[in-house]
Amino acid sequence: MRVLLTGLGTYWGGSLAQALERLDDVEVIVGLDTEEPTVPLERTEFVRADTGYSILSRIVRATQVDTIIHSHLIVDTRNVSSRTLHEINVIGTMNLLAAAGATGSPVRKVIVKSSTLVYGSSYQNPTFFREEMQRARSPRTSVERSLVEVEDYLRDFAEDNPHVVVSLLRFSNVLGERLDTPLSKILRLPAVPEIFGFDPRLQFTHHEDVLGALLFCAQHDVPGIYNVAADGLIPWSEVCTILAKRRVALPPVGTNLFMAPFNRFGLVQLPRETLELLRYGRGVDNRRFKRAGFQYHYTSAGAVAAFAEALRLERSVGDAQPAYRYERDVENFFRHSPAVVRSGDA
Amino acid sequence: MSTDRRESDSSSDLRRSRLSERGERADRASAVPARVADGTVVPIERGRAESLETPLYDPRMSDVDHWGRSEHAREIARRLYEPLYSQWFRAEWEGLEHVPREGGALLVANHAAAIPSDAPVIMHGIEKELGRAVYGLADYLFVSIPVVGTLWSRGGGVPAHPDNAYRLLHDDQALALVFPEGSKGPGKHYSERYKLRRFGRGGFVETAMRAGVPVVPIAVMGAEESMPILYKNRTLAKLFNLPYVPLTANMLALGPLGLVGYFPAKFRLRVLPPVHFDVPPDQERYSRSRVMEEADDIRELIQQELYKMLQQRRSVWFG
Repeated sequence: MRVLLTGLGTYWGGSLAQALERLDDVEVIVGLDTEEPTVPLERTEFVRADTGYSILSRIVRATQVDTIIHSHLIVDTRNVSSRTLHEINVIGTMNLLAAAGATGSPVRKVIVKSSTLVYGSSYQNPTFFREEMQRARSPRTSVERSLVEVEDYLRDFAEDNPHVVVSLLRFSNVLGERLDTPLSKILRLPAVPEIFGFDPRLQFTHHEDVLGALLFCAQHDVPGIYNVAADGLIPWSEVCTILAKRRVALPPVGTNLFMAPFNRFGLVQLPRETLELLRYGRGVDNRRFKRAGFQYHYTSAGAVAAFAEALRLERSVGDAQPAYRYERDVENFFRHSPAVVRSGDA
Repeated sequence: MSTDRRESDSSSDLRRSRLSERGERADRASAVPARVADGTVVPIERGRAESLETPLYDPRMSDVDHWGRSEHAREIARRLYEPLYSQWFRAEWEGLEHVPREGGALLVANHAAAIPSDAPVIMHGIEKELGRAVYGLADYLFVSIPVVGTLWSRGGGVPAHPDNAYRLLHDDQALALVFPEGSKGPGKHYSERYKLRRFGRGGFVETAMRAGVPVVPIAVMGAEESMPILYKNRTLAKLFNLPYVPLTANMLALGPLGLVGYFPAKFRLRVLPPVHFDVPPDQERYSRSRVMEEADDIRELIQQELYKMLQQRRSVWFG
């Protein structure tokens, strides 16, 4: 397997590259990003590319990759302008798929990491979304609109390229100790915000299950759309109980207006889609991916409890992992210098 | 209720069902995901994967189920509601044996009173007499009201989305209560009491067919008189975006207390034999005319039963 990975500098790109390096049948891993990797990598090749991936078709031709994992879709809109969002999500995906679908392209599999944000949060929504169900209202936030657009492109791509296995995974509220999301951020606060009078039910996913799901798609052929979310919908109040946190209520009317100054000055950032989630929650049906053979290692409550444990550890010892800084020359030396004895050569 | 439950893998799925079929066939035995330890991922051997058959660690801290219902909250609600149920309304049941002891069933009843008093009576009654949880399907509107929405859902309220109803009946094999008249039932003038409104577009029949469960009709007598509507203001209703803004007899008689205070009308509830539909479940679609016909028949059953019950009623207050 020769893999091309987008967003190598992001949390997901980094952890995914680390995971792929451990698989023997993965020969080559090429990681694209505008930012340098933030985790130590052994054999992944980092290529600095602009957000539009203009050099992509050249890379695909040159490296003869057969699998593309598109993990670089922005789902966290804190500190991201809607223009950047559109550029990275929509234009980026468009170029990526154009390169993957070019004539003579060696690509046989495309895996995209999307989000259950495409379903939105509304009082008119069903309690559980199945993959083929439509949301009750058309998307109102820029991130939801961009993801819906990305999925449309992907659908066209799948239609036009029947020889390519296309897996679209929609992940739901991922929790992980090193992962920074609007939800994980507010769950780290001494008092967790809630919207007065609302106790929505949410579905969480452990970050290891996310990696597991993406690797599962890389190793098996699972074409189609899949929700990835652990079993169990849990009320926000219970999430706070598991984390042993107090709650603080936001006004139920004019919540967006109330939060505007906070969002602006970065004290507590709750984008609009997260506020909607805290009002109405969201549930998805995860049975299709299970039927395809995937097994979860955590339930929703288990994912929250694991997050609680990580926070407790963090409180005692701080960040347990050593800091890493990417040094281009050092990385090149280890990968390409004849002086380095590599296990494969011996 | 609309009918889009099986909008199917066709319309929105990637490259249609062909793909998902292939996906579902992905070899189960070789489907070994990755085991992750300290942030790095290694593929797990088969033996480990099989041990995962044991249930996952699930440290829940409350009894709120995925519909938002909490048995603990219901218990408190039952204790508070019991005096109203047995002392005030003095609810009496007939034909409770028609409510299935297990398996899913869709309870269908007539709907009345400005603030409907029949839903809590039915839910309380069946939970008390049979010990089975009843989920009340109702308008989405509830969900969007702070506090009320949360209490409503803890108490067993579920937004009446067709897919929610199907899951309750089919996947959870639960009892679900629905009032097909919708807000047109409670919103009718006192002069039209016990005259059943249109049963929607028969969506409830279609859901029951799809889920493969019977419909259990219930005729409720007494709700109409517990909070009768004397006058409705259309302008105010439009202004507040509500189905109706009523002036009730209770407001006239009890003053401000009449906004929420019921008259002590005697409640009689009669459960009719379950209606089974002789159709295969989980079909893409069901014949529209058949659905409408069944819905009409059920409406007529309840209507006729109500007339019978009213014939035998000597007093609104004493039954």
